[in-house]
Amino acid sequence: MPTIVVEVMPKAELLDPQGKAVAGALSRLGKGAFTDVRIGKRFEVTVEGEVTDAVLADVRELADDMFSNSVIEDVVSITVADAPAAL
Amino acid sequence: MRVGVVTFPGSLDDRDAQRAVRLAGGEPVALWHGDHDLKGVEAIILPGGFSYGDYLRAGAIASFSPIMADVVDAANAGMPVLGICNGFQMLAEARLIPGAHTRNAHQQFIRRDQRLVVENARTDWTNGFTEGQEITIPLKNADGRFIADAETVKRIEGEGQVAFRYVGVNPNGSMDDIAGVTNARGNVVGLMPHPEHAVEEGFGPDTPAAMSSGVDGLTFFTSVLERALAK
Amino acid sequence: MTDQTDRAPHDAEMIDVRPEGHVPDTVANAAATPDREQPYGALGLKADEYAKIREILGRRPTSGELAMYSVMWSEHCSYKSSKIYLRQFGQKVSPAMKKNLMVGMGENAGVVDVGGGWAVTFKVESHNHPSYIEPFQGAATGVGGIVRDIISMGARPVAVMDQLRFGDIDAPDTARVVDGVVGGISFYANCLGLPNIGGETYFDAVYQGNPLVNALAVGVLRHEDLHLANARGVGNKVVLFGARTGGDGIGGASILASDTFSSGGPTKRPAVQVGDPFAEKVLIECCLELFRDELVEGIQDLGAAGISCATSELASNGDGGMFIELDNVLLRDPSLTAEEILMSESQERMMAVVRPEKLDAFLAVVAKWDVETSVLGEVTDTGRLVINWHGEEIVNVEPRTVAVDGPVYERPVAYPSWIDALQADSASSLPRPTGNAVLREQFLELLGSPNLADKSWVTNQYDTYVLGNTALSFPDDGGMIRVDEETGLGFAIATDANGRYCQLDPKQGARLALAEAYRNVAVTGAVPAAVTDCLNFGSPEDPEVMWQFSQAVEGLADGCLELEIPVTGGNVSFYNQTGTRPIHPTPVVGVLGVIDDVAKRIPSGWQDEGDNIYLLGTTSLELDGSAWAGVVHDHLGGRPPAVDLAAEAQLAQLLHAGGDQSLIAAAHDLSDGGLAQALAEAVMRFGVGARVWLGEVLERDGIDVATALFSESTGRVIVSVPREDDVRFRGLCEGRGYPVARIGVTDAQSGSLEVQDVFTVSVDELRSTHRGTLPARFGATIGE
Repeated sequence: MPTIVVEVMPKAELLDPQGKAVAGALSRLGKGAFTDVRIGKRFEVTVEGEVTDAVLADVRELADDMFSNSVIEDVVSITVADAPAAL
Repeated sequence: MRVGVVTFPGSLDDRDAQRAVRLAGGEPVALWHGDHDLKGVEAIILPGGFSYGDYLRAGAIASFSPIMADVVDAANAGMPVLGICNGFQMLAEARLIPGAHTRNAHQQFIRRDQRLVVENARTDWTNGFTEGQEITIPLKNADGRFIADAETVKRIEGEGQVAFRYVGVNPNGSMDDIAGVTNARGNVVGLMPHPEHAVEEGFGPDTPAAMSSGVDGLTFFTSVLERALAK
Repeated sequence: MTDQTDRAPHDAEMIDVRPEGHVPDTVANAAATPDREQPYGALGLKADEYAKIREILGRRPTSGELAMYSVMWSEHCSYKSSKIYLRQFGQKVSPAMKKNLMVGMGENAGVVDVGGGWAVTFKVESHNHPSYIEPFQGAATGVGGIVRDIISMGARPVAVMDQLRFGDIDAPDTARVVDGVVGGISFYANCLGLPNIGGETYFDAVYQGNPLVNALAVGVLRHEDLHLANARGVGNKVVLFGARTGGDGIGGASILASDTFSSGGPTKRPAVQVGDPFAEKVLIECCLELFRDELVEGIQDLGAAGISCATSELASNGDGGMFIELDNVLLRDPSLTAEEILMSESQERMMAVVRPEKLDAFLAVVAKWDVETSVLGEVTDTGRLVINWHGEEIVNVEPRTVAVDGPVYERPVAYPSWIDALQADSASSLPRPTGNAVLREQFLELLGSPNLADKSWVTNQYDTYVLGNTALSFPDDGGMIRVDEETGLGFAIATDANGRYCQLDPKQGARLALAEAYRNVAVTGAVPAAVTDCLNFGSPEDPEVMWQFSQAVEGLADGCLELEIPVTGGNVSFYNQTGTRPIHPTPVVGVLGVIDDVAKRIPSGWQDEGDNIYLLGTTSLELDGSAWAGVVHDHLGGRPPAVDLAAEAQLAQLLHAGGDQSLIAAAHDLSDGGLAQALAEAVMRFGVGARVWLGEVLERDGIDVATALFSESTGRVIVSVPREDDVRFRGLCEGRGYPVARIGVTDAQSGSLEVQDVFTVSVDELRSTHRGTLPARFGATIGE
């Protein structure tokens, strides 16, 4: 069964305190070359049947209305993935 | 006056909100997230808590509950709606009031007795206060940082939609120290602190007068009763 | 049938708790292959225990049975090393102690009748080892576990309290553990909507590799709502509901809690559970509705040893027989083997016994709350617990042999070789300060020391307001919750422990912990009624540790009998040691009290001007094991302070009478740091100063100033009494013959604590000294 992957990131202009905290930790670990970290969310939505244009449109709408809050987040990508490899 | 308090999975301060309504002289009515039944109430409270574990975003999943459609319709028709903490987050997610919330700037859950200034004393829930009045209301949350884009903040400020502002200490990094917001009409109010925890002597914040004697929160609930009587 | 061959290859270094072969071992197979090698050692069983199991069953155990016995017979679940001592709590009981006890030891939690048709259930438990490995989840799931014990009694949980002990405050690893543990407790308890109303946070190098995370929960119920964990009624359904079952904590019970950490050695397979407090909150509301609608005959929560424990305990306590189709368990991970399902410690699950005619109603309530459920089987009259997998019997045991009649050890006990020398090294030989400057300096040093310093960094992360019934919380001496909104009926709860005292003398140390918790309840105005305990010790395989344990239990049991308050339940945590170094014996004692009306509660600090300050009790030179000895001289030696439980009872009655008659405006007990610390705390509570003079006490008790300020003699409380109540208060003390001395007066104008002819410290300086310590290590206290 195909999977659609939606990635959501906090808006670029917003302070990302979690990302900032991680970046701080990296520098304390001596990894100062990494100057910025931003943390977002990845949604993996499993679909029954084919991924048609209608299905994709549906996912786009879901991404905008539910998976992200457009006040503070952006949907940065929607991609169709193969079924994930058995772990 | 019948005031509905909605219980969502994970709501925590719903019973406390009911108690506050009762102490103010109203009749609390328990409403269920899964129903489309507002049971003829004249005002609605979306209480504090961790609805749906704050999963996805605080208040997000709750804002998609069946009853929220009815709450939105009622709000648009002028019914007073109060969103407390998680309820504030739900109102924002449902776009009934502007802005959004993220994790506290310092990354921790904070509980403190918070001093606020009443910026707008004309709403259905604040008409019992006077503008500029300072009150003390308990605050307790992890995702209380109010955020909006520059344009929205300008609009909120310009049109008097800031209902409360933090005084002395900004406990979560909220923009412009905004602690609570109202819609343009003044019937929908959301705030981060918990007025339902400052309604009963002996169980509220400390005041200079005596331990646990603060009841500044009661005015929220008497305000909406007064407003209903006036109509 | 699930194809199990495509499971991930596991790390060869991990202990494989899955028995070999993908096909579960049936009873028939076990009978047919008696000589099959079984990995009982890796599962934590000793050779003689394995032999015993074979004897009980008359054959070799199946892999599933072996897994069940291994977890249920582990130290953590079976109390095998402590049972012979814990019996004292059930034996040393007078009729008076049984009067208000509705449920005693042996059930999920004790239950006490508090009047008006109300009952309170409470218990404290440990989650020590998981909290070292994964502090956040370890502490979080510790809260989850104890709260589920409370729900399973039929109660609504109403409060939590935690007793935390970490290593040296300045050691690098300590911040990691503190951050995680406090964050985890905050996360889980706040999400459940439970106020955190007290507890303790303590730092000592002995806990460096073995932090102690004890979690206490209290619940309230009407008498008629009491539920017990038994499976009665042949034909009644056995239902599992809550979260799905996954691979959490497999073998955690037997492997993690029953073994010590070897410093520097390879870590054992991470068997830490991950908690979902939202799932538990929903479970709480769902259960309360089930109880209200009388849809449940018996109920058990799933904790250590998961389904193995729940089924065997329910069956043991009931009609003795149960049949389970393990296939019916809803799985989060379809690749789990039958044995793993039996041992899984997935959180937020409950098991109920339901009459067939009520099953539909039960399922409707559960569905309303979106909680998943499956009927696993039913109660039978066979006297056997039978579990099937794919139609074949994989477990067939007599449940009591698993859950109740586990091994009972009589471990060797040895008087410690080092203790005589330790007890001879009294702190009375240490130089006591005489000059005012040094006295002031040492007072402030103590005030700012980690264990006496302000804990707001911790407690600001906890909700205290939710449920709207919190009458007292930190920093007062006990937490207090209103039970009945109409009458004001309430309960108070306090916990205490002192590992340093216990190291010097475990029996006396346990008595001291009991006395302190008892006194902490008394100063709130409540009447002490019942006890719970969490006994944290080193390895039971160390005879000196067993001596400490035996002494502590005896001290506690004797003390409870003397005070006439019963132990209603508790927990034992052994193996708190790294290598051969055990922690200090640390029995945590919790005391529950009852108050008729929470409006009569007494705070720990004064609010008004011009009240008289009295010191109840007498002081002698008792600095051994004190905070003063530890902080100023890094000294631990001698004998802990004496305890007179009869006097403590007298003091408690006096306080209750005083509170009941509203004569006492504030009451604060004296403990770590002595009188100086108590005065400082009473002043800082509301920022109202005081003028204090020690002359009368110095003369009456024949002591010097340093002793007056820092000694930790017991049976002492400071109270503030409004002028208009002074005469009646003095009359009360005289009537009861309890030693009392007026030592000062409250002074709101002064803005300082003045100990006349000794030192004066402003409220600002008190606060900045007191509040700076934890933030300096762990980050700013938010909102200060």
